[in-house]
Amino acid sequence: MQTVVEIENLTKDYEVGFWKKKKVRALDSLTLDVAGGQIFGFLGGNGAGKTTTIKILMSLIFATEGRARILGEDISNVAMRRRIGYCPENPYFYDYLKASELMLYFGELFGLDKAKSRQKCEELLTKVGLAEKDWNKQLRKFSKGMLQRVGLAQALINDPEIVFLDEPMSGLDPIGRREIRELIAGLREKGTTVFMSTHILSDIEALCDNVAILRHGRLAATGKLDELLSDAGETQSFEINVKGVAADALRADLAHIAGATVAAKPSGANIQVSDERDVDRVLEITRAHGGRLVNVQPVRQSLEELFVRETG
Amino acid sequence: MSTQPANPEAVLQSTFFGRILTIARNTFREAVRDRVLYNLVLFVLLITASAIFLGELTAGQEARTIVNLGLGAVLLFGAFIAIFVGVSLVSKEIEKRTVYAIFSKPIGRAEFILGKYFGLCLTLLVNVLVMGVGVTLAILYVGGRELALTIWGAIFLIYLELAILTAVAILFSSFSSPALSALLSFFVFVIGHFSASLNELAKNLGSAAAVYFFRAIYYLLPNLSNFTFRTETAHGLAPPAAMLAGATAYAVVYVAILLIVTILVFSRRNFK
Repeated sequence: MQTVVEIENLTKDYEVGFWKKKKVRALDSLTLDVAGGQIFGFLGGNGAGKTTTIKILMSLIFATEGRARILGEDISNVAMRRRIGYCPENPYFYDYLKASELMLYFGELFGLDKAKSRQKCEELLTKVGLAEKDWNKQLRKFSKGMLQRVGLAQALINDPEIVFLDEPMSGLDPIGRREIRELIAGLREKGTTVFMSTHILSDIEALCDNVAILRHGRLAATGKLDELLSDAGETQSFEINVKGVAADALRADLAHIAGATVAAKPSGANIQVSDERDVDRVLEITRAHGGRLVNVQPVRQSLEELFVRETG
Repeated sequence: MSTQPANPEAVLQSTFFGRILTIARNTFREAVRDRVLYNLVLFVLLITASAIFLGELTAGQEARTIVNLGLGAVLLFGAFIAIFVGVSLVSKEIEKRTVYAIFSKPIGRAEFILGKYFGLCLTLLVNVLVMGVGVTLAILYVGGRELALTIWGAIFLIYLELAILTAVAILFSSFSSPALSALLSFFVFVIGHFSASLNELAKNLGSAAAVYFFRAIYYLLPNLSNFTFRTETAHGLAPPAAMLAGATAYAVVYVAILLIVTILVFSRRNFK
């Protein structure tokens, strides 16, 4: 898979204070490659440097050091932006324009002819779930969720090869989130790369192939989501759910298995062991007590635990 | 590393001038939908209409009074629009973060500034034309037919002055706050009308430092007295062709320099 975003040693310092200027490092030597055709999750706590990175990639702010390339072109190349899309965090557009006018305006900036712009406008506003009656309403009358939908639609007006979404689920209700999640998954199927930053970990788990986690402006971890989650070391365990036997009846026999825990359940028990080889022994003991197996599942480190560990 | 677009159809075409025109049209649309502008133009028309009644107090001088008051109002309210709309054009885009969506598209910062500038110039042109027609109708109403045509030379000069003032306002707003930008633009407007006097003052000063200071201001700030022809117009004189050509050339060069400086400043600006 070709690399579509190349970030090399990207650093951003801000100057704060009026008289005595002090430097604050928002991004510290970030190096990252993103392969095409995937949904890439960009994670981090507040102030970790996610939005700063995206703003540098969009040339809205300039890096203090380092360089970045998108689709093989330096980020300073204005023509390269014909091939990308961007939806900022909490997007805000011209109050006096209607949603359809905004789409036509942006289509025109990309050089689309009126007919094509109109067709894209209708297609995308429908796709992001904006009711047709709202297409000709001025944006000043839009709710945060509606603006978010328009923001996503405008980011796709040029059929971008890569789209950057900064907190795309912000302001959306659960139904809206599900619709946008499906839209983002659909983009991947079309071959569009999605680079998305979000705080909503369930969206990352549901959508992302690879992730990068930022901590205080530095890259804390990056890789395939599955690999990062299974790289749990001491936290990996196995959960065995049984029925037809009381937890108390099992406790004494399981006491000699190191690290085994038993919890009572309404119809049986939940047993956790840290070593995979202990699963068979637990099943033998359960059967000896007249119990039956419901299921066995590995307990992976949750994304939340990973997130807390890497950003905390 | 990919160097060719995966989907060549996605590579769209738009030209430098096409993009400027698109931004200019949108700026004009923004202004047209702003009710404040209508109120200002209406106010100028009311002042012009009131000049008709004021003129009746000055026997035989009605048309002259209308020219003086009407053109004065066109200049003042035009300057008000140029400064306040000019200042808010760029700063509002930054403050409301609409620039985020714009600059992620294939729009250079120079194209954005030029589009904004020409959009406001178009707005001012329409406003000045409407106000000019109002003054003309008032003159015709009091029977001053010969002045009705003569005033358009002075109106053209006012428009050139407003074009400079717009460029000044956009320059200040590219690096400072809206309030400070408006204040600085207003100073330029006032001092610009007295810059010829500053040069005279510099000649008569003993101190070399003061001479350099006032000379610097004279050469740095626009000489807006180049565009003043109101009193002469009231006396039935039209600006000579040489004056119109000179003023046009001066305005074009001055605006070009201001826009180049604005683009240079704006190109380095971070949108936090």
